[in-house]
Amino acid sequence: MSATITELKSIASPVVVDARGVSCPGPILAAKKQIGGVPVGNVMEVLATDSGTLKDIPAWCRKMGHDFLGSFEEAGSIHLFLRKAK
Amino acid sequence: MSKKTIIVFSGDYDKLMAAFIIANGAAAMDDEVTMFFTFWGLAALRKPVGAVANSADKSGLQKAFSAMLPKHAEKLGLSRFNFAGAGRSMMKKVMKSENVMTVAELMETAREQGVKMIACTMSMDVLGIGKDELVDGIEYAGVATYLGEADESNVNLFI
Repeated sequence: MSATITELKSIASPVVVDARGVSCPGPILAAKKQIGGVPVGNVMEVLATDSGTLKDIPAWCRKMGHDFLGSFEEAGSIHLFLRKAK
Repeated sequence: MSKKTIIVFSGDYDKLMAAFIIANGAAAMDDEVTMFFTFWGLAALRKPVGAVANSADKSGLQKAFSAMLPKHAEKLGLSRFNFAGAGRSMMKKVMKSENVMTVAELMETAREQGVKMIACTMSMDVLGIGKDELVDGIEYAGVATYLGEADESNVNLFI
């Protein structure tokens, strides 16, 4: 069950991790690096261009116990949203 | 948190990339990772040429092996289309333009993430490689150590 694009876009000031331009495993390394600074319950947005990230960030969230909220693609960038659960 | 073990037997640049990408990915997913380097895989742990002290206690054959083995991770050849290193250079050019991490960068990131690297002392003896020729911060052990780690692991790869 994932949020709609409108819902994702309406999330107020998530922590943004820019992993655009880097290839696997760059985006999950970046996500791992930044998640520590995100308060539990807050949303983190990962920006990426590697299409594998569409599968990888949800898989990373499942393993790490965070809630994957959904994603959308816009202007050549993939936007992925997750809520830090613990 | 679970654990992953990877045996790095190959000294091929592309296979080392795969091994280190998996290791880094697992570490980023909060897994404990142990990489056990044996035979040709040891070449990835060698210090760059020049940084190596001369080991006087090697036999002639050990000297020959260690002289033929690549001196640094970035000097390793591809498993296919290597063409005496030209293929590797071309691939690295493409990797750079695509922002793909090199083996040296992946290894550095793996260390930062706390991936444990163990060098097999038996194959170090066979190939005539001394501890002074390998990078710092690694451990030295044999098959029992690897098997002990593998017992606790839920993914075990031989690359």
